[in-house]
Amino acid sequence: MKELSIIVCAKQIPDPEAPLSDVSVDTDKKEVIVDAPLVINPFDENALEVALQLEEEVGGKITVLSLGQKVSDTVLRKSLAAGADDLILLQDDAFEKLDSHSIASALADAIRKIGEYDLVLTGRQAGDWDSGQVGLILGEMLDLPCISLAREIKVENGNVLVKKNIPGGYEQVKTRMPALVTVSNEVGELRYISRTKMMKMLRARASIPSWSSDDFVSVQGGLQKMEILELSSPPDMRRDCEFIDGATPEEKAGKLAAVFKALQ
Amino acid sequence: MSDVLILGEVKEGSLDIRTLELMGVGKRLAADLGTGLSVALVGDAASAAAKQAVSYGPDRVYKLEHPLLTGFNPDLWLASLEQACKEINPKIFLMSHGPMGMELGPRLAFRLNTRLTTDCIDLSIDPEDGLLLRTKPVSGGNAISKFKCPGEPQLATVRGKVFEPAEAADGEGMIVNVAPEIDESMIKVESIEVSKEDVVALDKADVVVAGGAGLDDEEGFEILQQLAEALSKHFGSVMIGCSRVAVDKGWISSDHQVGLTGTMISPDIYVAVGISGAIQHLVGMIQSKKIIAINTDPGCNMFKVADYGIVEDYEKVIPALVKRLEELS
Repeated sequence: MKELSIIVCAKQIPDPEAPLSDVSVDTDKKEVIVDAPLVINPFDENALEVALQLEEEVGGKITVLSLGQKVSDTVLRKSLAAGADDLILLQDDAFEKLDSHSIASALADAIRKIGEYDLVLTGRQAGDWDSGQVGLILGEMLDLPCISLAREIKVENGNVLVKKNIPGGYEQVKTRMPALVTVSNEVGELRYISRTKMMKMLRARASIPSWSSDDFVSVQGGLQKMEILELSSPPDMRRDCEFIDGATPEEKAGKLAAVFKALQ
Repeated sequence: MSDVLILGEVKEGSLDIRTLELMGVGKRLAADLGTGLSVALVGDAASAAAKQAVSYGPDRVYKLEHPLLTGFNPDLWLASLEQACKEINPKIFLMSHGPMGMELGPRLAFRLNTRLTTDCIDLSIDPEDGLLLRTKPVSGGNAISKFKCPGEPQLATVRGKVFEPAEAADGEGMIVNVAPEIDESMIKVESIEVSKEDVVALDKADVVVAGGAGLDDEEGFEILQQLAEALSKHFGSVMIGCSRVAVDKGWISSDHQVGLTGTMISPDIYVAVGISGAIQHLVGMIQSKKIIAINTDPGCNMFKVADYGIVEDYEKVIPALVKRLEELS
């Protein structure tokens, strides 16, 4: 079978698993301040994992694209350590707080510049704005067949076969490549990357290509930012936790059983 | 004039509750804009649903009927809705933030050259320019953002269980046929087979016992299952839930997933075992009446939102708890 060329779009976001105490809302600047390390959006990591599995199965090449105002080389190098072949950072001040349509438009330009590809994979949504639009708009812009919420992806004779989530089960669908597929977390987490491998990748001299807006965006000045009128904190979710103590697990269990009894 | 359009969805032969909620908020927006509400229904036979929709008092119900529109083929639905929007020219078009809206929304936004806001929890009209003000949770639920976007129709998907459903109302709503011009060549993605699975209806549970990364392995869910069985002798319906991480690790199927991209639930009791409490998980279970957390890390998020907490290895405390619960029954 012909080798696959897969493009994975990966967004860098503040760690969505960050403790609540590390997150605050700056209502003046209209920004969510997260005092936690930047990571690759977990759903995009799921997409990368599928790409790696497909590459192992039929051979091919994986290119990871990451777009933002400023993209961290160190965060995204994880994708190379995991097994991606190429990484291209798309960074420019012009990419600050773009709306979904404009992000998709810039990614579409970058993908057209890369040229040949069989599959474009994105996570189902990103954990910063939770919009869930870029993948499907990108598919429309590139005039590709679009499949959303994939839980399993296979390729066969130039077709991509996908099990997609639907209410109460899944649907097996099929389309010709090239195609765009948005990936859900059922595909599984990104493979384990050993510390040595990660360190080696971080120390690797090879510089990561970085394109600025001028390098690939077709219509300069055509990108639109999100218009945020207000950003506020959500209602306080905290409750007063009564800790159940005890000298032994059995003692704690006994007290908890009494709590259940009282709630009955 | 009926400038506010909503997409109706039909489940088991009748209008979905989400559709009634859309009609509820749609009516209010229409009143604020000084216009009327209309409903679009797509399918191979939409007459019964159209009749039902009329009983909630919209000005118009558009029937997009075509023999090819059996089931949900996104390519065909999209083509039909694109065409209908161009004919009807609504100022506002709302869809439910379910699987259908999530799939159609972004693609329709592109085709109509407008902008979409997903998962809105509040909508209002800017009195200055008549544009839609769209409020939605962002950052997994860490913040609430109010957006405004250019373009027409003003497009949004709306979160379920947020707005009051419309009530039955008198009305002489007109049923209008919009014949979709679609054919098989528009099907880019072919459906091979639809597989139904036995899925848990987590939102129907009285008690949910949920596990996360802290379980350390798949077998952890067997221990949770024992607790669920012990609890079911005291409570009504007890089901197993989980965090996103547990699904990613392949320990359990995603129908058990609680949170922003899983199921949003509000049981009487939520027992969180080995779940640190990422924000996107918390928003899915924070409406639970009582929250009990078991975790080895006393500093984790879950204890901050819990009513009762036990700092302990779940493998030690749960078997002991199961024993005590059995003694109680």
